[in-house]
Amino acid sequence: MKRRTFLGAAITGIGVSLIGKAGADQPPIKIGMSMPLTGGLAGGGKPSLLGIEIWRDDINAKGGMLGRKVELVVYDDKSSASETPALYSKLLDIDKVDLLFAPYATVPTAPIMPLVKQRGMVLIGNFSFQVNSKIHHDMWFNNAPWGPADAWASAFLDIGQKAGGKTVALLTADQEFAQNLAKTAREVAGKRNLPIVFDQAYPPNTVEFSSIIRALSAAKPDIVYVASYPPDSAGILRAVNEIGVGDNVKLFGGGMVGLQFGPVMAKMGSLLNGVVNFNTWLPEPGMYYDGTKAFFEEYSKRAVAAKVDPLGFYLAPFGYASGQLIAAAVKATNSLDQKAIAKYLHENEVKTIVGPIAFSADGERKETATLQAQFQGIVDNNIDQFKKPGKQVILFPEKLKSGNLITPFEAARK
Amino acid sequence: MFSMDLLLEAVVTGVLLGCFYAAVSIGLSVSFGLLDVPQVAHPAFLVMASYAVFFLNDGYDIDPLLAGVLITPLLFVFGLLAYRLYYETFERRGTDAAVRGIAFFFGIAFIIEVLLILYFGVDQRSVTASYIGKSWRIAGMRVPLRLMVAFAVAGGLTLLLSVYLSRTFMGRAIRAVAQDEEAVRLMGANPVRIKQWAFGIATAVLGVAGALLIIVSPVDPTLDRAYIGRTFCVVVMAGLGSMTGTLIAAIILGIAETIVLTMFGASWAPAISFALLLGILAVRPQGLLGRR
Amino acid sequence: MKRNAIAFWGFALLFLAAILLSAQFVANEYWFFAGYVILQFIVLSVAWSILGGYAGYVNFGTSAFFGVGVYTAVFLVSAIGAPLALQIAVAAIVGAVMGFAVGLLTLRMQGIFFSIATIAVTIVVETTVTNWRSLGGAAGIQIQRPPVTAPFHSYVQMLVFVQALLVVLSVAISRYIQNSWIGRGLQALRDDELAAECTGVPTLRLKMTACVISGALMCAAGAPGAMYLQYADPASAFNLNYSVSVLAMALIGGTAHWIGPVIGAILLGVTQQLLTVTISSEVNVLVLGVMLVLFVVGAPEGIIGLFRKGRRSEGKA
Repeated sequence: MKRRTFLGAAITGIGVSLIGKAGADQPPIKIGMSMPLTGGLAGGGKPSLLGIEIWRDDINAKGGMLGRKVELVVYDDKSSASETPALYSKLLDIDKVDLLFAPYATVPTAPIMPLVKQRGMVLIGNFSFQVNSKIHHDMWFNNAPWGPADAWASAFLDIGQKAGGKTVALLTADQEFAQNLAKTAREVAGKRNLPIVFDQAYPPNTVEFSSIIRALSAAKPDIVYVASYPPDSAGILRAVNEIGVGDNVKLFGGGMVGLQFGPVMAKMGSLLNGVVNFNTWLPEPGMYYDGTKAFFEEYSKRAVAAKVDPLGFYLAPFGYASGQLIAAAVKATNSLDQKAIAKYLHENEVKTIVGPIAFSADGERKETATLQAQFQGIVDNNIDQFKKPGKQVILFPEKLKSGNLITPFEAARK
Repeated sequence: MFSMDLLLEAVVTGVLLGCFYAAVSIGLSVSFGLLDVPQVAHPAFLVMASYAVFFLNDGYDIDPLLAGVLITPLLFVFGLLAYRLYYETFERRGTDAAVRGIAFFFGIAFIIEVLLILYFGVDQRSVTASYIGKSWRIAGMRVPLRLMVAFAVAGGLTLLLSVYLSRTFMGRAIRAVAQDEEAVRLMGANPVRIKQWAFGIATAVLGVAGALLIIVSPVDPTLDRAYIGRTFCVVVMAGLGSMTGTLIAAIILGIAETIVLTMFGASWAPAISFALLLGILAVRPQGLLGRR
Repeated sequence: MKRNAIAFWGFALLFLAAILLSAQFVANEYWFFAGYVILQFIVLSVAWSILGGYAGYVNFGTSAFFGVGVYTAVFLVSAIGAPLALQIAVAAIVGAVMGFAVGLLTLRMQGIFFSIATIAVTIVVETTVTNWRSLGGAAGIQIQRPPVTAPFHSYVQMLVFVQALLVVLSVAISRYIQNSWIGRGLQALRDDELAAECTGVPTLRLKMTACVISGALMCAAGAPGAMYLQYADPASAFNLNYSVSVLAMALIGGTAHWIGPVIGAILLGVTQQLLTVTISSEVNVLVLGVMLVLFVVGAPEGIIGLFRKGRRSEGKA
């Protein structure tokens, strides 16, 4: 912890000296946020924050925004919904921040939405899922590539149907994100007349998945849609490897959280082969935009010291993109006026290191950019292999497609 | 979805899983079952042992089970010290020992959790060994090899501890203290020394148990919370201090959990151990086969 | 005694008036957000202490009662759009019934068996709510606040005042119990349950009474939490951290007198809020654990014990 504070101080110091002339007489622009730095979501919160910090240092090196230095005010929300209202009220009323970022994930974000709406502040969301669907805050902009609510399930079921799938099994964690995915999957499957032959929610902290996998394969599904969390994702794939899911399964995966994180992928190694899973950024051709390569070079360097995911594909570049969104809007409107910023973001496409981002009226992406990719040719215990292209072949969206699906599932594992 | 095959498979998995639960509970069966120490930090000690195993496996490529054996002496000493502290501050002062003892161990569990987070981070950790990720085909069903390992180790541990407690001098002394501390004192032995020794053993077996925990599934620092229910359920059901009872009770829990998981829906599974425990305690406030 | 009572109620009125006035003059909302959390912990630890302190039954199920309070309010809002006062009243009744049921099930157990049983209750209740689809299940549920009425400028200010009322209520009840035959009976059974039983103290009835009152207050304290967060999910509402925090607050303050948990809750609550916005890391959680262990080992009577000891040694000198 101390090391990070020291590092932060050192970096801020460099920032100050670089922009000394411009920012000397003006107070910095403060961007406030809470971030899950402890608790269950910290594995995602930490790399996300590092991405945002890299953006801060970059923009300060270029002279800041409106000629003022950018400063981050970050509090730990312990991954809990009950901490965030007080923290955001502190950010607004005591720290008087100029701009707000949301914490990583849905649970800590949900309770602050009403407060932020009431205060008329722009909020850059950070990977929460359908958190604005009831509140309708017109100044909410989610950095995540999810897009419309049902896009995720549609993409996965599309691939399954093209591979000849006729029946669906749903295996989901009994937690917020996974249940939201399951709901849309049921709706999409219903619309397409795909019968759901197995539908189970398992509790957090399930130790042993072999009995669940047995029950699942007994239902003989063609498409298996799994929405799981990091500890369970490992448990499920292990059980699948040991027990097998049957020869009729054409497609397996979809919404397994955890298979995007470097240490988890390295540990699981060849168990991953064949799984088709969502992702947000992958080192495939077509994924590199202006600044992407430089970002990952910087990230790799700093991730070691910060003890976070050495790959950082999933969240970190989007943290950086959050900063780019706000910087573009502030620069174009030449102000910190919240309404003007919101108007700009609604009307304009912004170029970021994760590609161009355009928002629809509800503050989600106009089009989904959530990738579905298949793990191919993975070997055990090698984290560097994931930095090379061709290890996670993109199947969706069509324009980024970088390979072909190997099917059925069991064949892809050999 | 209801079929005999599935039921049979659920029972087999349940027995194997139960053996694993026995291995992680057997230390508690000594410390809480025999010694009456309100050891709510037992699962936290267990997770700590798992992290030690991870440290050795990840850094020095030592087989997880061997690593578990290697850290056993360290855990033994740790147990001796923990009991000494507990005895000096609570048992000796008499009154209220139980109330504050629970709070004490609860606090310790919390501290261990945070220290693990500070050192290892919040990510889940797992180990690598040749027997992880493979399965054996037995009579048409595939059984994960890591569960077979748990089965064998749990059986061995139970046997070892039962023999130790019934055949060796120290083992008999421990049981004597558990039954009648005053009598032991009158016979000229020091019950505190005996109990300290026993608590050391209860903590020492966590070495191998911790290795099993991280072999069976990945571990994260807050995993101990999930095991408070399971371990205490097993020990209370077992009738406080019976080693074979612990094994049987754990198998019952394992089967109950897997059957509910396969047949009724997984989302009810976490409540099983606790519901069983509540049911037993409501009928028999001293445990199922209570020795008092 | 009489003068004491006048002083107590005078102070309580002053406290409420101060909160009401601050709603008029303090524009900064953060103080209300932070204050709400601290007041909520005061109610919880005072309520915990009625069973845990006076009777010596260590309840790990605080989060179960708190979470049921939150979800009672969620249910009432989403089903019939009930007003806040009704949410709290119903939550208190639900809490009392739940306290009665839990007491019936667990209070014949002693010491650690009771404690473990209360953890069990928490998990069983949490699993039930998680499986309750119409309450949002594991995905959580968002609810909306109605517009606020005068004299308050914002809903949070009103919630702070309501929670302050609950503080006064719970402290008054705790104080009454301590000074009445119920408190003396509980203390007797805490010291030696068998002896108390033999001398004719109706131990089970006393324990049940304490459990019902404690449960009702905890649930009532949870009810406004739904409107405070405008969101509820089982993992946050039933978080084991509530149980640990409340236990630590009561034990650190001292459980022999009603003021103990109040002091403990203020001290730890303020510390937590400060640490959250300053160090902002795992250390925050560590402090809680270390303080709990230090106090249980070094100062078994809590802060009020230290204070009394200090006074006693002064008297000697």
